[in-house]
Amino acid sequence: MREYRPKKDVQKKSYYRDRFYVAPQVPREKIEEGSRFFDDVKSLGSKFEVKDSYVEINQLVVIVESSSIFEVIGYMKNSLSYDILNEMSAIDYVAKCGGFEIFYQMLSLSTTKRARIKCFLKEGEAIESVSSHFRCADWSEREMYDMFGIRANNHPYMKRILMPDDWEGHPLLKTYPLQGDEFAQWYEVDKIFGKEYREVVGPENRDGAMIDRYDTKRFSRIGHEVEYGASIDLGEPDTNLKYQEEKGVFLIKKLKPEISKELEKRK
Amino acid sequence: MQQVNRLSPFFENLVFERSDNHMIVNFGPQHPSAHGQLRLILELAGEMVVKAHPDIGYLHRGMEKMGENMIYNEFLPTTDRMDYIAASANNYAFALAVERLLGIEDKVPRRAKIIRMMLLELNRIISHLFWLATHALDVGAMSVFLYCFREREFAMDLMEDYCGARLTHSAVRIGGVPLDLPEGWLESLSKFLDHMPEGIADYEGLLDQNRIWKMRLEDVGNLTPEMAKSWGVSGPTLRGSGIKYDIRKEEPYELYDEVEFDIPFCDARDSYGRYKLYMQEMRESLKILAQLIPMYKESEHGLMAHAPKYLSATKEDMMTQNYSLMQHFVLVTQGMRPPVGEVYAPTESPKGELGFFIRSEGEPYAYRLKIRAPSFFHTGLLTDLLPGHYLADVVTIIGNLNIVFGEIDR
Repeated sequence: MREYRPKKDVQKKSYYRDRFYVAPQVPREKIEEGSRFFDDVKSLGSKFEVKDSYVEINQLVVIVESSSIFEVIGYMKNSLSYDILNEMSAIDYVAKCGGFEIFYQMLSLSTTKRARIKCFLKEGEAIESVSSHFRCADWSEREMYDMFGIRANNHPYMKRILMPDDWEGHPLLKTYPLQGDEFAQWYEVDKIFGKEYREVVGPENRDGAMIDRYDTKRFSRIGHEVEYGASIDLGEPDTNLKYQEEKGVFLIKKLKPEISKELEKRK
Repeated sequence: MQQVNRLSPFFENLVFERSDNHMIVNFGPQHPSAHGQLRLILELAGEMVVKAHPDIGYLHRGMEKMGENMIYNEFLPTTDRMDYIAASANNYAFALAVERLLGIEDKVPRRAKIIRMMLLELNRIISHLFWLATHALDVGAMSVFLYCFREREFAMDLMEDYCGARLTHSAVRIGGVPLDLPEGWLESLSKFLDHMPEGIADYEGLLDQNRIWKMRLEDVGNLTPEMAKSWGVSGPTLRGSGIKYDIRKEEPYELYDEVEFDIPFCDARDSYGRYKLYMQEMRESLKILAQLIPMYKESEHGLMAHAPKYLSATKEDMMTQNYSLMQHFVLVTQGMRPPVGEVYAPTESPKGELGFFIRSEGEPYAYRLKIRAPSFFHTGLLTDLLPGHYLADVVTIIGNLNIVFGEIDR
């Protein structure tokens, strides 16, 4: 049977795949008595519904319901002394399970334990903001909204943070191409020249590696510039390379190789 | 607010509020002491800041998106462009995250670990010197800038001798380092170590008791431990609030548990205390570097971990053994396929806690790559830290927090 691959996912894919290759799993340890996270998980489990918990690469991972995330983060902070929220963001699983996985990376300064609280959020739903527990979530949640379009309820200032305010689309979604979408290629043209000049200016080239052979100035072929649209079928004419000032630049002397000195050792 | 129309255009930098006499000033994004592209919208009552609104994103290049569309080895040089003052720290943080994901952190040869630590600590000194230079320049001390760059140049020369690059090093690889130290490098390093304390004494001589420096830094930017924790502050800024937490000490990576060094911290909570902290940290870095020299001499050869599933073999093996060459070909053209899972690897970069979160689905491309940059949260902190200060102190605080826009906007 052919493997299912989401069609809207426009991220780069591996060209070659071994049909029989099964990727191994990073080892996950169960939390048993004696584990340094045992008490934390136990007291969390007594208060909230914990779907799953394990230790992955020395860090506790707890999966909870998205509706209880505000209380869980507050409990982690106040009762379990996880006093720093290092990072929070989302993982796009829209194509696979119709939603996002949101993770909160926390650190306890006194015990040097690190925990990751995760929850699953359906597409289109909003998560409760934890910015009243941790001020840094203010910015992290704004970034998450900017990049994924996930809104946070009761957030003090739910606006884009990295992209411009009038941007359309959320760049870190798997459906968003690396070089931007239709909107992105007109954004700067519209801003600088105005919408009515779209036909004159043309879309912005957002491929940093693209080389246009018929570029007006032909920056790609220095010394062989031709006018825009000129045919180069019958060979490329040489253009003279000239320095800007004919007799050199005032105050700047050209280095003469014969008077330069080569140092044997630096410093 | 302004009523913008064709007759009265929008005044970009100033807004006068009629009702309460507050003035709204736009600071940046092209401001010499904004340390990059920081835009601050400040509401002033007289000269006192009432409200601050940092606006970022002017240097956003989509690093995380790029990381999800590149194989792991391809992305490594891109990390240089995050915190461009300390490129090796970024390279290392990324390499460490991938190594932990692959489970080969312990397989990295000892010599490679020592070289990495040398690069990291040298980079810390370079970064701290740059911080002091620009911070002093912002506050008005021009000569400190010149003295700092004198020593920084020597450190940069050492980096250049090792990897050929001065700013964007890419000198750390996933699984080790690409090169051994060149001949005479250790001698140059020990010369630098002998020379550097004099330099630090010079800066301290210029600044420590300097009346202007003290007036502008003391009691400016008071950061309480509660605020620091709430904003996820890390690194020297966190330790400046009296919280003694250094990832090198608490969650040691590489060989940081084998070398002896102290974690300087101070309870002063103000900018001056943090300045003293940075100076002390440079001394600790020198101490670590001095201990690494004999450790390097005792270590055995070997620079890259042996993990044929994920890493190419040595050049010699590749040229003599068919299978190694095939492996290398596959790894270069397709990329390594790490196990399915997640990793978050925190490291102590010169600015604070720099961590990479990687979600892998077993493909050569990361499914999700999140970069936890310390400066991002330090910039957010300005919202709470600036109100109550005078406009002239804004520049001091921005400079003192040591933010770099390459890693804020990513």
